[in-house]
Amino acid sequence: MALLEITDMSVAYGRIEALHGVSLTVEQGELVTLIGANGAGKTTTMRAVSGLRAPSRGSIVFDGKDITRMKPHLRVLEGIIQAPEGRGVFPGMTVTENLEMGCYARTFESKAQHDETLDHVFELFPRLAERRDQVGGTMSGGEQQMLAIGRALMARPRLLLLDEPSMGLAPMIIAQIFRIVSEINAQGTTVLLVEQNAQQALSRSHRAYVLETGNVVRSGPGRELLADPAVKDAYLGVA
Amino acid sequence: MSLLLHGGQLYADGVIDFDLGRLADNFWALTVDGLTYGAIYALVAVGYTLVYGVLRLINFAHSEIFMLGMFGQYAMLMLLGFYPSGNAFDKGVLLTVVYLCLAMIGGMVVSGGAAVGLERLAYAPLRKRGAPSLVFLITAIGASFILQEFVHFVLPKLTGGELGGVNAQQPIRLVVPTTQFTIFGADVTNVDLVIIVAALALAFVTDRFINATKFGRGIRAVAQDPVTATLMGVSRERIIMLTFLIGGVLAGAAAMLYTLRVPSGIIFSGGFILGIKAFSAAVLGGIGNLRGALLGGLLLGVMELYGQAVFGTEWRDVVAFVLLILVLMFRPTGILGESLGRARA
Repeated sequence: MALLEITDMSVAYGRIEALHGVSLTVEQGELVTLIGANGAGKTTTMRAVSGLRAPSRGSIVFDGKDITRMKPHLRVLEGIIQAPEGRGVFPGMTVTENLEMGCYARTFESKAQHDETLDHVFELFPRLAERRDQVGGTMSGGEQQMLAIGRALMARPRLLLLDEPSMGLAPMIIAQIFRIVSEINAQGTTVLLVEQNAQQALSRSHRAYVLETGNVVRSGPGRELLADPAVKDAYLGVA
Repeated sequence: MSLLLHGGQLYADGVIDFDLGRLADNFWALTVDGLTYGAIYALVAVGYTLVYGVLRLINFAHSEIFMLGMFGQYAMLMLLGFYPSGNAFDKGVLLTVVYLCLAMIGGMVVSGGAAVGLERLAYAPLRKRGAPSLVFLITAIGASFILQEFVHFVLPKLTGGELGGVNAQQPIRLVVPTTQFTIFGADVTNVDLVIIVAALALAFVTDRFINATKFGRGIRAVAQDPVTATLMGVSRERIIMLTFLIGGVLAGAAAMLYTLRVPSGIIFSGGFILGIKAFSAAVLGGIGNLRGALLGGLLLGVMELYGQAVFGTEWRDVVAFVLLILVLMFRPTGILGESLGRARA
């Protein structure tokens, strides 16, 4: 059974429907990418999975449990956490405080487990350890993205949602972020990734879905889509 | 020089007297007095600033939450067996402190409960429907009238005329202001001490709660980025209730302290001006900013007494509001808050 199973989901903003019956699945341990142009509905899908937007039709099942109508903060308790588009770093909080927000809803079994999780995040992002007392709003875009991902990891999620982690970052930083995402996935965290940077994302994901104006138009293993002429044409900028 | 210091008139017919000498002569006495008023403004201002931080709403009914606190502490004293009398009850220092604490708890419970009730009954349904912010503002003003008129007309019927009604409550005095020591020739009374010590303690606890606890972090998270806060598993609704609760509890404590200062101020309309001043204090310090509210309160309390000394008693409120207007003209974000939710709440 899939960890996340979205079936025939439609989401509307007022009268305008942004998703028209999207179905997708994420298996335990997978890294799945959602690619598509601006306005294709990628972020809307993420918002629906996190519970910020209620679907007008269809269902979201997480680990066998129907969460379609579950409140967003309760989904975090189920193990779904998101590093949102634009990073959403709390600007007035320090790095440490931001990280603590990641485990706001979670109760660790012990202080040791909490510290272990924090150490793990600092291991993945040594930069955050160096800057633990810096205020979030004063950090660079790349650092903020690391903070957003690290913060999500503090929840020890079962499903990590990453919405455009490469947005607005320099190529070198993007490569670094993608490496770390792969590493997080390799360590056992299931990841659903939304990206416009299709090349990097597809080459690293097990499977991918292509969204176009609110519909899934293609899906398959990442490398297969990477070789697909239509995908190449539309998203990779090479003929 | 002495002409300037003692007696001057802005208008030839003497409409405004100003006398810097009165300020110079009583500087320290005015400062002590101003700090006690300021400490009360500061505690009430926290309620405005925190609610503004998480909801971007000016809760104009907060002045009535304060007013209910005055009745709450009064009711508590009556439950404890006190009654209005011309003289102060003399219970000894220790027992008096205990009774004052109990009265304060009475105020806190009533104000805190009223604030949460107001949130649930008036604001939460509007949020559910996604009402525009103007609707919230009008609701706040409406709630303010409802609470006033409740105390004016309904409360006396519920209590057999013991509480509420058109007149102020007869004071119940537990403390007679007596000078304990002097600073630079200014008398410091036991009332001054109680107010300042209690307000400082409450301000400190609140500051620690907001800046160094998990729930405080939750409040700041909602103030800084409500959507991301939700994604981190923060229940916005619970945080909003908590925020109203903190604001209400502090207003209730402030209400009890205020009645020590102004024993005859317990009346249905007694929260209005004080509430506006506390709101001014919050804006002065930078609305949305906790420390700003505390600083703004103290500053406003002191400045309005200085102004009162210079221009005359009847100008006190004018001084407070002119100060607010001046700050808004030259530093619209207030003294500390450069940007609403972004500064440390």
